[in-house]
This record gives sequence, structure tokens and C-alpha cells, in this order.
Amino acid sequence: MSEKLAVALPGDQVHITTSPATEPFWLAARDSRLVAPRCGNCGHFRLPPTPFCPQCQSTEVDWVQLSGQATVYSFAVVHGFPGLPDITLVPVVVDLPDAPGARLVSNVIDVDPAEVYIGMPLEVTFSPIADGWQLPLFRAG
Amino acid sequence: MTGASGQVAIAGVGATPYYRRGESYPQTITELAGQAILAACEDAGISVTQIDGFAYYSGAGAGYGQSMDTAEFMETLGIPEVTFSASLTSGGGGSAGSIGLARAAILAGDATYVVTVMALQQARQRLGTVFAAVPPNPLNSFLQPSGLSGPGHLMSVLARRHMHLYGTRREAFAEIAISQRKNAANRPKALKRTPITLDDYFSARMIAEPLCLLDFCLETDGAVAVITTSLERARDLKQRPVPVVAAAHGGTREWGRAFAWMGMPDEMFASSGHAPVAKKLYQRAGVGPADIDVALLYDHFSAMVLMQLEDYGFCAKGEGGPFVESGAIRYEGGSIPLNTHGGQLSEAYIIGMTHVKEGVEQMRGTAINQVKDAELALVTGGPAALPVSGLILGRDS
Repeated sequence: MSEKLAVALPGDQVHITTSPATEPFWLAARDSRLVAPRCGNCGHFRLPPTPFCPQCQSTEVDWVQLSGQATVYSFAVVHGFPGLPDITLVPVVVDLPDAPGARLVSNVIDVDPAEVYIGMPLEVTFSPIADGWQLPLFRAG
Repeated sequence: MTGASGQVAIAGVGATPYYRRGESYPQTITELAGQAILAACEDAGISVTQIDGFAYYSGAGAGYGQSMDTAEFMETLGIPEVTFSASLTSGGGGSAGSIGLARAAILAGDATYVVTVMALQQARQRLGTVFAAVPPNPLNSFLQPSGLSGPGHLMSVLARRHMHLYGTRREAFAEIAISQRKNAANRPKALKRTPITLDDYFSARMIAEPLCLLDFCLETDGAVAVITTSLERARDLKQRPVPVVAAAHGGTREWGRAFAWMGMPDEMFASSGHAPVAKKLYQRAGVGPADIDVALLYDHFSAMVLMQLEDYGFCAKGEGGPFVESGAIRYEGGSIPLNTHGGQLSEAYIIGMTHVKEGVEQMRGTAINQVKDAELALVTGGPAALPVSGLILGRDS
């Protein structure tokens, strides 16, 4: 039904900031590694990274390297963005099988939006954004 | 409603004209809010100098990037003294609940005439794509890069999940847009009055699939103010008092930051986040959904109205689609007339306050689309990041 392949926002327009709680995620992404914080006390995963574990209030964190596999939990097909009226984006909420309970919001790229479905397997890829960081994105896996 | 002791009531409502986005300029937020406050005082039959309390929501913000301030209102409106000035946190989810904040001030004896006001002007930044404009921070850096640039884009992801889990169809979202537009048709202040058809709906531009232009609320300017006082005092004023039967705000961690987080457990993800508040609201009021005569549900996006209908028990979880498609929400012939003022989809979007105003008019018996013999009105604020809120208004005997 649609012909245009979904893309991500142009990397030079994507800016992030970090806090001590979130920086390890972005440092790993800069090295093309997908990681998630697992509570060092009770093993509960959480995303985005926050100072305390919501299950046990511990501040201990193990940063676990993930496989990069994901599945589509839900998604949108977005037509246009301020300053980019013709862009087609597929923002996606993904489940991460090796970080149960944690979800990531990202984009599916290089895909016909009409072919994206809930439950679709995905695989992570990394793309440069502003200030030397990298953003995790997903392709059909 | 008989004994007035320990009860509060809404005694006055006021509003500015409603404007298309940016067209209230060069009036300022203070001017718009001040006009609404003066109109609400006039409606109640009190002098603005009698106001001694302010109960805001949204952190006293006026949309995104602008704010209201009690001292500034006192300075320009000549209010001599305030004894209460507070706000609910977060955003539009507190609209209905702010009347509960006013009630708390009155029942505690902290204030006598409490005003709740919201003013919105989108001359500098439109709300529809606000998340593309806010500076990055460590939390939104996990959201903003995806291009979900506005609230409706975020909620389209919830709508898709609802469709996946329960088979909800776009026809149901269409019915909400169409029936609310019909309700706006005879309202002089409504900004969208031309009827829409199912064909119009399916021809509308897709913004964030599965949601289209007609699923998104209007982007408008204006202000609405409400005066709350004790029921005893209200009975001596100009209008028939509208008792506050119950108010509740809050929510559970499983909803939390909601669509700015996307970590909700599956049973909560495709919801409005209102279920815990609905339960408390009905408990406090001693009524259930079958007792509600008119539902004024926060309608920033059609799909979230459908999920509120489920969370407030008008139908079972997952049944919102067939329920809406059956015509149940229509003003004429529906079992629970919904957003009889046209709502934010068709009248104007003042971050939830037009619903409070319509609830008051329904309970006074003066609404343009009056629900015959209506005795209880439900008003909601949000879905949004917590708190979300609900309010039940009644009819004074």
C-alpha cells in the first residue's frame, strides 16, 4: 500500500543528553553495543535507566549486553515531522527478549511501513547522531 | 442533594471566545485568563476581589512554555489577599481534579472562593508537535529521537495496541469524531461545526497511523475559569449551585509517565490509565457508571475516549469499539451522551476546562445540548502522565 521505505530522522538533527544514570547506555551505543540496566540486587530490568530499582529500591546496576534481537510491541506510521513534511517514520515500541520487562522506543528503518506488524522480529543497528553519539535503530530481523 | 454541610459546589464559570491556534495574539495569557476569571465572577455574582484561593493544574502552566501566576493576577485584577495558592502536578490530566484541589482548600477552611483557570495560546509553539521543540533531557532522549513529535503521535501507538488486542476498528474512532462534531453543530462558539461523514473520516490525512487528522483535537487558544465555594455560600449566589459529588486524581505506577515511557504492562498499555481513579471516584460518590447521565471525557484523541469509556465502566474492557459503533455515545438516542459540547475535537481545546464548563451547564439545566433530567455528570482529565483525574458533578435540590 505504501511505497516509501521508512527512515529515521536525519542524524545531525537528533540530539540527546545524558545523566549519570543513563550515560552507560549511550556510551555502549557509541560502541555499537545495546545494553540495559539490570538491578544488581534483584535482577529486575528497567528502561529508561533510572536511579533506583522500582522493585527493591536498590541503586546497584549491572549493565547487561543484549543480543540486539527485539520484537515489535506496537508502532505508528508517522507522516511528516516539523521541517521534514515528506518524511515517513515508523516509531516503534519494542520488547527485548533478553531484558524482560524493559521496552525501548526506537524506529524500524529500511522497511515498507505496510509490512510492519506487532510481533515482527527485529534486529538492532546503530546510526550516528549529533555530538558523536549513536542511536540504536531496528531493521527486520 | 439536601444537607449543605461539608459540601462544595461550583458557583460560576466563565470563558473567553475560542480562537484558532495563535489567533488570540496580541492578547497575553494574563489577559485571556483574567477575562475568564472576571466572566466566572460575573456568572457567580461575586466581585473578583472576593477571590481568595487559586487551585490550578498543570503546575499552573498555560500550555507548554507559558505559565500563570497568582501574584500577577492579584496585581492586575486587584485581588486584595489570597489564603490558598496551589497546583496539581504534571499536565492536562489534572483538569477535572483541580476542582478537587479547590474543594480541599474550602473544606480545610483555607479559602472561601477558589478559582481554577486555564489559558492557552499557541502563537509561539503549537502543541501538536511540541515534543519536537522541547530541548532534550536524559529521559526524553529515550523518546524524542523516534520522531513521535506530539501527544497524538505517542497515543497512536496505544491505539494500535488496542486494535491488535481487541479488534477495535477505525470505524469506532470515526464514530467519536462524527458524533462530537454533530454536537458542536448548533454551538455558536464551536470552532468546527460542519458535519463530517464516514467518507470524510476515511479521506482525512493520516498523521500518525492508525490516527488521522479527525482523531486529533483542535489546536486552539482561549481561557476558561471556574469558581468553587461551599454549597451553603453557593446557594446565596446568582446561579443554581452545582455540587461537587466526588473528585479524584492520581493513578498507579503501572501507568506512570504512560506514553512518554511506554513501559506499561500489557493489561494497562491499551488503556486510558483512568481505571484506578474511576474506582475511587465511584466509591467516593457512592454511584456507578449506570448512574451517570452525561459523560464529558477528555478527548485530545478519539481513541483515548474509547479507552476511557472502558475504564469508567460504561462497557467491558476491550468492548469499547462495538459499544461506540452501536451509537451508545450519541446525544440523540445514545445510552450515555458523550461530550455534548463537541469537546476538544470540535468545540475548542482548553486543556480539559471546557468539559468542566459543560458539566456545570448540564447540571444547571442550561446546556445548549441539554440531556433531559440529567442528575450526574462525569468529567475527566487526561489520559496523560499521572495524575489523571475525574469529577462527578450533581444537581442541587
